[in-house]
Amino acid sequence: MTIAIYQSAMMNIVLARDEAPDVRTLRLQFADEADRVRFFQKYRVGMFGLYGVPGAGESAFCVASPPTRTGYVECTFRRTGRVTAAIRDREVGQAVTFRGPYGNSFPIESWKGRAIVFIAGGIGLPPIRSVIWNVLDRPGDFGPVTIVYGARTVADLVYKDELADWGARPDVKLVTAVDPGGETPDWKGQVGFVPFVLDHAAPPGAGAVALVCGPPIMIKFTLPVLLKLGFAPKDVYTTLENRMKCGVGQCGRCNVGSTYVCRDGPVFTLDQLRHMPAADM
Amino acid sequence: MKILDADKLPDLAAVLAAAGYRVVAPVRDGAQVRMAEWKPGLAIDAGPIPANSVKEFLFPRCEVIARYSLDGDSFAPQPAPVDAPKTAVLAVRPCDAAAMVALDKVFNWEYRDDAWNARREATTLVALVCAAADDECFCTSVGGAPDARLGADAVLRCADGASKFILEALGEKGQALLAAAAGVLADGDARPDPPASVPVRFDSKAVTDWCGENFESPLWRDLGLACLGCGSCAYACPVCHCFDIQDEGTRSEAVRLRNWDTCGLALFTQHSGGHNPRPDQAARWRQRVMHKFRYFVERFGGLACTGCGRCARLCPARLAISQVCREIDEARKAAAK
Repeated sequence: MTIAIYQSAMMNIVLARDEAPDVRTLRLQFADEADRVRFFQKYRVGMFGLYGVPGAGESAFCVASPPTRTGYVECTFRRTGRVTAAIRDREVGQAVTFRGPYGNSFPIESWKGRAIVFIAGGIGLPPIRSVIWNVLDRPGDFGPVTIVYGARTVADLVYKDELADWGARPDVKLVTAVDPGGETPDWKGQVGFVPFVLDHAAPPGAGAVALVCGPPIMIKFTLPVLLKLGFAPKDVYTTLENRMKCGVGQCGRCNVGSTYVCRDGPVFTLDQLRHMPAADM
Repeated sequence: MKILDADKLPDLAAVLAAAGYRVVAPVRDGAQVRMAEWKPGLAIDAGPIPANSVKEFLFPRCEVIARYSLDGDSFAPQPAPVDAPKTAVLAVRPCDAAAMVALDKVFNWEYRDDAWNARREATTLVALVCAAADDECFCTSVGGAPDARLGADAVLRCADGASKFILEALGEKGQALLAAAAGVLADGDARPDPPASVPVRFDSKAVTDWCGENFESPLWRDLGLACLGCGSCAYACPVCHCFDIQDEGTRSEAVRLRNWDTCGLALFTQHSGGHNPRPDQAARWRQRVMHKFRYFVERFGGLACTGCGRCARLCPARLAISQVCREIDEARKAAAK
């Protein structure tokens, strides 16, 4: 007998793409079909997994691909430490370990027919990219889509190919921005911080849903703009990340107050965030 | 009534070992008494409260949870079998036995930890009714008692002026242990000694209520300033269960390890990007008290503290969670007036 909850699936890297300095996307295929079936029975957008390299360790990231694409799992991560460096060093044809999916999900079935506004900063786009594709893969189910995405510099924008794709679609309004000083001579997008750019884009908030993900400082200044635009706090979603080890509520470190990010989250509404102690985030 | 002479605990251990049990008992180790695996010749001393709790025999300090063979850039999973030997724990304190019941909830919180459950199933806890308590004991403030039976499979009780033990089975595992120990147990009568007297030091309900309203309090800063951040309190605690997962490897093999960890250490919540949601010792003390007296109550309907007092006995800064709780209780009472 082993401890079943800590046995990972083996996943083969079938595609690796550098998105930005130190940021890479991996497309992973389950080595065992039974693991794939089990994963997609449970997986909903917003859930996360623990990706690892034996000998280096495991790290928690979101699943960046939607459940509408059932052949693979994608993750996008920044190399910041020992584990992410080891995952970064794996090449196409090699394997990583994966366990999950864990956590709650965005309740997208309750958003049918409604306008959806996605707001992301930097490496905050991957956790909601799965939702964007999930929505776009189901034409007719949802209302108009707006994406506001900013990064420090042009080089720091992730999913550059997909941004071009989204920008060309008639069913998506895409606004990209870089921080002042981060633009290049041929930059066609906006220059400014995300909250400012969102304020100018001014997507109507009444009846709409907003998803926000990015650095804490961006979220802090974006929330008041969303309220000003008429979004209801119960319709504004974000996804939190904290250091995690087990992913299943037992290792004791990801909680914000009494709320466990791994079990009660990672997806929370602004309404819920207001009842969580800011000093613990 | 099953009776054992007070000096015959090693005989009980020996007969259980012969019956195939791994025997864990309070063993003298220099100036300390520690819960340790008993071997023939080791003296058992059930007098002092052991320095360590029983949790390490059900939840080891370090445990392999996954194993891989490595070959260049490829790897393959290997079996990582759970070690769950049939175990008898002699003279476990009621506070420790109760703590195992609290941990049952954590390790079966939707996701079931097979290792914990296998070891729980394989372990028979023989609780010792405390005949003496010290100034750090506060089981009666957190719902326990020196003669509480929660979590125990059998009970040892001092009798006839500490000259004998009465051994009583409380369930199937306890009955099996008594049957295995029949050779050293006598039938007879004895008068149980009174259990220790442990005064109620605070009202835990008041602490739970206070925690719900005092996420921001100068108390956390004061505690944080005094705390050295060594983590002894958590490692000695029978209920503290926070853990880390780390990999270790050679060129040919890697193991994924689960190690004890604690919210008292700065790295516990440190993000790789640099942010730390609990940036100072004040935030970590808040987490420690809140988890034990508020969050655990909200999640599982009970406290994550059984009043053993080990954290206070070991603390190099002489911080005592019971004293903290008493101050909270008193402050609350004063505020209500």
